[in-house]
Amino acid sequence: MTIGAAPSKAKETSTGDVRRSFAARAWPWFIVVVGVGYWVLPLVGTFRLSLRQGGVYSFKAWELILANPRFVPAFIESVVNALAAIVVSLVVVVPTAYWVTLKLPKLRPIIEFVTLLPFVIPGVVLVFALIRLYSSPPLLLTSTYFSTRMVMICAYAALSFPYVYRSVDNGLRSINVRALTEAAQSLGAGWPTILGKVIFPNLRVALLSGALLTFAIVLGELTIALYMGQHTLGPFMADIVRNQPFQAAALTLMVFSLTWVAMGMIAFITNRAGRTQ
Amino acid sequence: MTFLTLSGVNKTFGDTVAVSDFNLSIEPGEFVSFLGPSGCGKTTTLRMVAGFEQPTGGVVTLAGEDITHARPSKRDVGMVFQSYALFPNMTVAENIGFGLKVKDVDKTEINSRVKELLDLISMPDKLKSYPHELSGGQQQRVALARALAIRPKVLLLDEPLSALDAKIRDELRNEIRRIQRQLDITTIYVTHDQEEALALSDRVVVMSRGLIEQVGTPFEIYNYPTTDFVASFVGRLNRIPATVVDQQRGSLDSGGHTIETGNPLNASNARKVDVLLRPEELELDGHDSNRMPGTVTSVTFLGSIVRATVDVGSASLTVDLFNERLLTLPTTGQIVTVTFPPHACWVPN
Repeated sequence: MTIGAAPSKAKETSTGDVRRSFAARAWPWFIVVVGVGYWVLPLVGTFRLSLRQGGVYSFKAWELILANPRFVPAFIESVVNALAAIVVSLVVVVPTAYWVTLKLPKLRPIIEFVTLLPFVIPGVVLVFALIRLYSSPPLLLTSTYFSTRMVMICAYAALSFPYVYRSVDNGLRSINVRALTEAAQSLGAGWPTILGKVIFPNLRVALLSGALLTFAIVLGELTIALYMGQHTLGPFMADIVRNQPFQAAALTLMVFSLTWVAMGMIAFITNRAGRTQ
Repeated sequence: MTFLTLSGVNKTFGDTVAVSDFNLSIEPGEFVSFLGPSGCGKTTTLRMVAGFEQPTGGVVTLAGEDITHARPSKRDVGMVFQSYALFPNMTVAENIGFGLKVKDVDKTEINSRVKELLDLISMPDKLKSYPHELSGGQQQRVALARALAIRPKVLLLDEPLSALDAKIRDELRNEIRRIQRQLDITTIYVTHDQEEALALSDRVVVMSRGLIEQVGTPFEIYNYPTTDFVASFVGRLNRIPATVVDQQRGSLDSGGHTIETGNPLNASNARKVDVLLRPEELELDGHDSNRMPGTVTSVTFLGSIVRATVDVGSASLTVDLFNERLLTLPTTGQIVTVTFPPHACWVPN
């Protein structure tokens, strides 16, 4: 290096370094390209297929789906089910996780295991177990469409436990639950105030990501809805897939993008909350 | 008149005894510290006063009322935690006002009380800040203000300065004392730091293994420890093994050197005992009657004091010398005589 020359790190690196760093830089790109190809090509294919209704490129298949009299009710029913499942899930999981963190930390591994059961038990097994249990006295709950729907919402809540419990538990670990609770207690607060004013607001991000994941799961759920005879989006999709390949492609993309919007919302809100905290 | 009393309070967790037979009466406006190593039961005792732990036995009364089994929210105690425990979702003002809001106090009154407390902790401009925007010291000030906002009958502080660095710790320590004096609020302060306990307290309760070792003013605790534990836990201590020669006169022998204590001893003649001495009571080549020759093995310059270690054969003694410009520093290997007066000696049973 000559005296007086501006120090330049790039000039100092030898060509060997450059070559190595080129390989090091190319490798991730290679993975990205392969990955994107693997995930995006099927989507592109599906999208093209959805445009081929009637043999010419058009949005006919999309229009037909939206015009289908079963679509909007099924969609609304699924959304309502999802929201209800989120409420049930949070009402069960948040106080449980809170209490376990605060008073029964030894139970934590057991609770964690229990919340993982929905991963282990196949949907078909779950639905037949539910039907067997709740379709005969003393717990006859599957006699009407509405009561069956309630059972199904609870089943969805159970399906969401692995996601919701994990995110709530993470949220609880990130705040000093015990000290916050005791601080609130010594200031005169009772349990409803502590949960509502102190614990819930500080779990906002965790609750939201758990809720949105639940939403995504419930929206397209097929097995349970099918065997419980519910007119939700899952069975409707299955019907379309069987009989209308072009519309099925369009419908798949609709549900898919909805899920992605949900995911995007998680990322956006988590990010923003992360910046303000 | 006592304000807060603990009578025969004990606490066991399973088979472990955390606190046993704890008796203490605290006067109104008094500042009492619980001092001891970790696991000595000081925090458990504090938590029983706060209501976060239920005593296994005994009675706690506050202002004449039995609060042994009262809920924490019904006790009128203010609590400050080591971890600050500020509510992260609330501003400084909302944190301080929380207790009053829970009690349905009028909004304008809350606002004026919050302003008053922010002035008290010298942070009038931080009203709208969130806890994460404040330094540790500031957060702990806010936590203190939050605890005081409800005008509690007792203020409880659980190692409030342990998470802070040295300079802030000293500053906040003085602040806590000033505020406590100003409000004349009865205070219990839990710490493992003897300097904090000595500097802050009207009385110090030294605890070890769930038991009270000694209760006394900082002066009494330091200069007249009643148990071996207190003597060695509070401050530094030299221990010289010795044999009692004359119990009545208080003479002992240590490695051929006579130590006179000037007072009759509890231990009988020929018993082996320890003579305990504070490092600052010892001098090098002084005029006092007890004299033990030895070799300097290390010298540490600590600013206001110079700490020398001297090997006198039967023991290695720490000697603290006050620093001054004219002081001749001892050097390692130097032959010196460690001297100390008879009244500096303490011989536990």
